[in-house]
Amino acid sequence: MKLFSERVQIIVVALVVMLGALWLSGTLELYTLLSVTVFLVMGLLSLSLAFIWGYGGILCFGQAAFFGLGAYTYAICAINWGDSTWAVVLAVLLPTLFSLLLGYVIFYGGVSDVYLGAITLAVSLVLFNWVNSTAGSEYHIGQALLGGFNGIPSVPTLNMPFQPDAILSPEAIFMVTAGCLALCYVLLKFTLLSRFGKTVVAIRENEQRAGLLGYNVPAHKLATFAIGAAIAGLAGCLYVNWGAFVSPGVFSISQSAQIIIWVIVGGRGTLIGPVISCILLQWMVTRLGAQQTVDVNLVLGVILAVFVLLIPGGILPTLQRLWRRKRQPTVQAATPQVSEVKQ
Amino acid sequence: MDLLIIYGIEVLNAIAVLIIMSLGLAVVFGMMKIVNMAHGEFMMLGGYSAILATNHLGVPIWIAMLVIAPLVVGVFGIVIERVIIRHLYGRMIDTMLATWGLSLALIGAATMVFGNTTLGISSPLPSVTVGSYSTSGYSLFTILFALCLVGALWLLLRYTTLGLCARATMQNARMAAALGTNPGKIYSLTFGLGAALSGLGGALLAPITGVIPTIGISFIAKAFITVIGGGSAIIAGTLSSSTLFGTISQLATYAWTPVFGAVALLLSAIVLLRLLPQGITGRFFRRSL
Repeated sequence: MKLFSERVQIIVVALVVMLGALWLSGTLELYTLLSVTVFLVMGLLSLSLAFIWGYGGILCFGQAAFFGLGAYTYAICAINWGDSTWAVVLAVLLPTLFSLLLGYVIFYGGVSDVYLGAITLAVSLVLFNWVNSTAGSEYHIGQALLGGFNGIPSVPTLNMPFQPDAILSPEAIFMVTAGCLALCYVLLKFTLLSRFGKTVVAIRENEQRAGLLGYNVPAHKLATFAIGAAIAGLAGCLYVNWGAFVSPGVFSISQSAQIIIWVIVGGRGTLIGPVISCILLQWMVTRLGAQQTVDVNLVLGVILAVFVLLIPGGILPTLQRLWRRKRQPTVQAATPQVSEVKQ
Repeated sequence: MDLLIIYGIEVLNAIAVLIIMSLGLAVVFGMMKIVNMAHGEFMMLGGYSAILATNHLGVPIWIAMLVIAPLVVGVFGIVIERVIIRHLYGRMIDTMLATWGLSLALIGAATMVFGNTTLGISSPLPSVTVGSYSTSGYSLFTILFALCLVGALWLLLRYTTLGLCARATMQNARMAAALGTNPGKIYSLTFGLGAALSGLGGALLAPITGVIPTIGISFIAKAFITVIGGGSAIIAGTLSSSTLFGTISQLATYAWTPVFGAVALLLSAIVLLRLLPQGITGRFFRRSL
């Protein structure tokens, strides 16, 4: 009964957020709407790492690899086919397949934490370097020139499924992005409530014990990793849609670092914390980018180091702990923070 | 024949560059089980120290590269160890994250100070001719210097008191402390040594690559892969994995392009870690340094 009501709560919250988004899409100016769209895209990306790191205990330093793969897959397919429907599907599918391949080597090879970080980081760097070097006209897939460090400009944006002429407006793309974020949030929450999700958390807590209890540890980790990659790929696809442009920057080390920072600051072991911190930090980065005195990397780096040293749990869990300490054993509300997402 | 010699020199050079790139990281990883994500930025600082000392203070280039750069970065490393790393011993992932933050902060700070342009320094040696082909004299120097560096480090760790204490602390910090060493001090000095080696590496590679604030990013993945592929034995690990990866990536570079050289390096590293999860020295040369 309690479990049932929790699921209903999650869906209600998601619906409220969607209604809020609908209201926002009607009231915001176009420029603000576009920046909010990219914040939501990055929120989706932070959700992917919040799941695999915060719940699966898999510290992927190269989440940007799946993000970028999704982005490039979408761009190349959309240019070649003119229709975005299958491009979106492939943009989710290809990073997932890639993650299954990579994850198979990692998890079935018994590669431990640090080595996992090394491999994933190196993969995204190699992709970065490789895509960066494809500047010549001989590097093309179908009609899509890869463009090297210049990236791929004028990518067709989303259209109604199977109707290449019915291109979505920025407001509609905003709604699609908000919908994807809400949907992925709900699906991940449901996954965590399921038997699979509980096993994943058990493996994070004590891998050896879970293994001895008979759970297939590598398979669960691989599945977790692949779910994260699928969401990151979707985020990549939406990112290209936002700007109609993709460059090798999506694979860059600073992109990977930012995802890590969002999750660290928001808090490991929550889904909503990283999304909120992602949106706040993105907003801060945008504001910082407008001035010339302080470098963005300096600020982000200091934030990361300070959080690791002083607030390793992240903002949301720390606030929750303070809150619980203040008013003793009250029942902890499931998602009181969601209202902040709308802003 | 001449061409083969040139190819051989270039393969050796690729190996030497990997050694120079990763020795600083290897010392810190092998001794303290810390992965210093800011290693590339330490190298960047080394490069800047050498170039600034040469161009603005008029220091001879060899002294700037071989003395000033390691000193500056070594002292910086000790400060960082006292301020950040000290609080995170035993929390390997947190150290990686904190040093990643440090790395970003250093990139940002360097961008603010030096701007986003490449500072160059000319290679201090003329080219060398073999028959009808020629190669840069600097790559011969790099090869020789990498050998000397590894030899000196081996002597330091094997035959000095500091090396003995460091190896004891590396094996069992509590036991070493009970026998009268000061692990905190050893850790500081080891991290300083690692940082100094990183700075030296950055300065040595500066004439080849030039220096910009983001140069560390292009070092860190290769250094990372080399050290982790080598396993926790510092010298044997770095030597064996540098030789393996350097040869593979240089051969792939000949066969295709430098980018495929980097890809081949990564692929061979993934295969290697699949076969030997503890790195090469986790299985072979286990009792070596």
